[in-house]
Amino acid sequence: MTGTQHLLSVADLGPEGIGEVLHVAEAFAEVERRSMPKVPTLRGKVVATLFFEESTRTRLSFETAAKRLSADVLSLAVASSSVKKGESLRDTVETVEAMGIDAIIIRHSSAGAPHQVARWVERAHVVNAGDGWHEHPTQALLDCFTVRQVLAERKGAAPDELGISCFEDLRVLIVGDVRHSRVARSEVLAYTALGAHVTLAAPGSLLPPSLEGWPVEVATDLDAALADADVVSLLRLQAERGSGSFVPSLREYTAGWGLTARRAERLAEHTIVTHPGPMVRGVEIASDVADLPRTVVTQQVANGIAVRMAILFLLLGGELQGLAEVPAVA
Amino acid sequence: MPEPTLVIRGGDVVGPAGLTRADVAVAGEAILAVAESIEAPRGVRVLDAAGCLVGPGLVDLHTHLRQPGREEAETIETGARAAALGGYTAIVAMPNTEPAIDAAGVAAEVLALGVGCTAEVAVAGAITVGRAGHALAPLAELAALGITLFTDDGAGVQDGALMRRALDYAKGLGVTLAQHCEDNCLAAGGAMHEGSWSSRLGIAGIPAAAEEAMVARDIALSRLTGAPVHFLHMSTAGSVDLIRRAKEEGLPVTAEAAPHHMLLTHALVADYDPVFKVNPPLRTDEDVAAVIAGLCDGTINAVATDHAPHAPEAKDVPFDQAPPGMLGLQTAFPIAWEVLSPHLGPERVFALLSTQPAVIAKLTATDPRGAGHSAHGGLVEAGATANLCVFDPGATTVVDPAGLASRSRNTPYAGRTFTGAVRHTVLRGEAVVIDGAAQR
Repeated sequence: MTGTQHLLSVADLGPEGIGEVLHVAEAFAEVERRSMPKVPTLRGKVVATLFFEESTRTRLSFETAAKRLSADVLSLAVASSSVKKGESLRDTVETVEAMGIDAIIIRHSSAGAPHQVARWVERAHVVNAGDGWHEHPTQALLDCFTVRQVLAERKGAAPDELGISCFEDLRVLIVGDVRHSRVARSEVLAYTALGAHVTLAAPGSLLPPSLEGWPVEVATDLDAALADADVVSLLRLQAERGSGSFVPSLREYTAGWGLTARRAERLAEHTIVTHPGPMVRGVEIASDVADLPRTVVTQQVANGIAVRMAILFLLLGGELQGLAEVPAVA
Repeated sequence: MPEPTLVIRGGDVVGPAGLTRADVAVAGEAILAVAESIEAPRGVRVLDAAGCLVGPGLVDLHTHLRQPGREEAETIETGARAAALGGYTAIVAMPNTEPAIDAAGVAAEVLALGVGCTAEVAVAGAITVGRAGHALAPLAELAALGITLFTDDGAGVQDGALMRRALDYAKGLGVTLAQHCEDNCLAAGGAMHEGSWSSRLGIAGIPAAAEEAMVARDIALSRLTGAPVHFLHMSTAGSVDLIRRAKEEGLPVTAEAAPHHMLLTHALVADYDPVFKVNPPLRTDEDVAAVIAGLCDGTINAVATDHAPHAPEAKDVPFDQAPPGMLGLQTAFPIAWEVLSPHLGPERVFALLSTQPAVIAKLTATDPRGAGHSAHGGLVEAGATANLCVFDPGATTVVDPAGLASRSRNTPYAGRTFTGAVRHTVLRGEAVVIDGAAQR
């Protein structure tokens, strides 16, 4: 992704770009294992997080990533900002950029807001940290990173040795509220770009109105699809976006589409379960299943930092060569 | 015989005998003569029309002029200037102003502001008070001002019983109710056409069924009441089909389509540019083809712009927050020409943009009520009011947003070139546009 100004969609990357992100993220995962997990790579750069929507893990993850690269981090708290006084998104962004910000990490409830911001900025890099139902590119990248890590560990190989060929013909099953899920849209783009087969499983009301042009299959029988999957990506039922009314009840949803303990027993031994969080235990995933070793939610969170370090590093043009020799910042 | 005050020379005139190469002499507000060669006395202005079509001035059934209330986006004066530059001599101002045109006082104000503008301004009244869909607006008081079209445009009348009552009431007034067909429950939260692109882009969609459900309902209400219904901005293949069958049945229904629904599709939303947000939304290639087919076979009676100016700050926001609407007056005829002239002769194109909309809005004869208006949409012949549009099919229209007469810039055609250009516009004998330039 060298030379790319923004990360708005997984589609901006292509398989090589995704491979490059995973490769660089491995280097940063190594940095994270150091006693002083900080490198001076982006010293002097300023990264701003503009989160117009609630977030815990993504915001903390991006800010931690930026700090570990020694960038200065500014965090716009929308609730106490001029946005509350009626300032437009465009004016907010132009104000932030005028302060010499190098990267703007934006989350917004409107699909496409990061694309518009990217048109408004002159030199800042824009990173989409989730836009409405549209995309959440770094989540999909860290999901791929985590899956590769698990596959490598099982083979006793270093993840980098696997390249991206480990995704070829991998069977990925995405279960749940695909309709309202930005994670699902980014995962479909990422996994299929890497050669995996993606199947969606959801009640009809939670599938997108049209899947024309999506390189996916739709499972009619969840239990059969689960037995067949190498990776199961569970999505949260987004009750706060009104998804509750798309199914008769949470109980019925769980009975039909949740990863219950009974269903988890039918998974193949090697099947990996991912979840972008926050999990709602007892709805899309049974509590016992959430705590199984195959469920890699905490690895996903940990890996999010390395992947986001890689994104910031690649966009802001740090030097990768010799990273291993760079001493940690005292 | 009076002396001509204006001569239009050498065009192909859309007259009673079809298309004829002729000069047109105008005296005062009327056409004096249409003849092969007319001498222009010294000092009389001569408009060159060589290679051009000389037809009746265009009539727009669907113009948002934003005054009163949103003068930062458009005023009646600037909208009328854009209309004249687009070849229009009459436009119907939609009632979704702030306040809405739901009372005689507001209607009279708008009509008064239109007097002396570069296009005649007629008014559509609201069907319900405040366009809120709860109680009937004073249709008779508004009709007394010469208002002949009523609509809550911007929204459809959701309550079927209220719409039925409005149709029953309107029958005796000799007016036509026009519907913005959109079932709010089906469309709720939608910002673009529901389909492959909305699914990919993660934008909530407005399904074609949201429009078609209300088209079907109002066809049934027209059948029930016997009252005419005009269907605004038809955008889906299903709607066109419903209208076609209603007409075959002999129901008194008419319909219009907007230029953008004849040309643009939902794929344009791919970059989330709110300039492509409009309601009804841009739909699929199949819908575009059906709208064109409907215009060609007479199912759709009129091309209407749905000219909807919005100030830059209103459109410079996230896609789902932006108001729907796009400019249309200055690009309508070139687009209609480019899309329709491969299928229809010039007379039929003028019929769709002038004569038939004039009939629907009852603007074909002078009416002294309200602000008074002259006759529009007639064939170009001696004795008719000199409301004329001179269109050059050999020229091109290059769309430069900064050069538009509207106060707003939200054209979806920035940088595009269309075949044909409006060259002159004559309003009541006055050349208000000469060689593509507004004269006042």
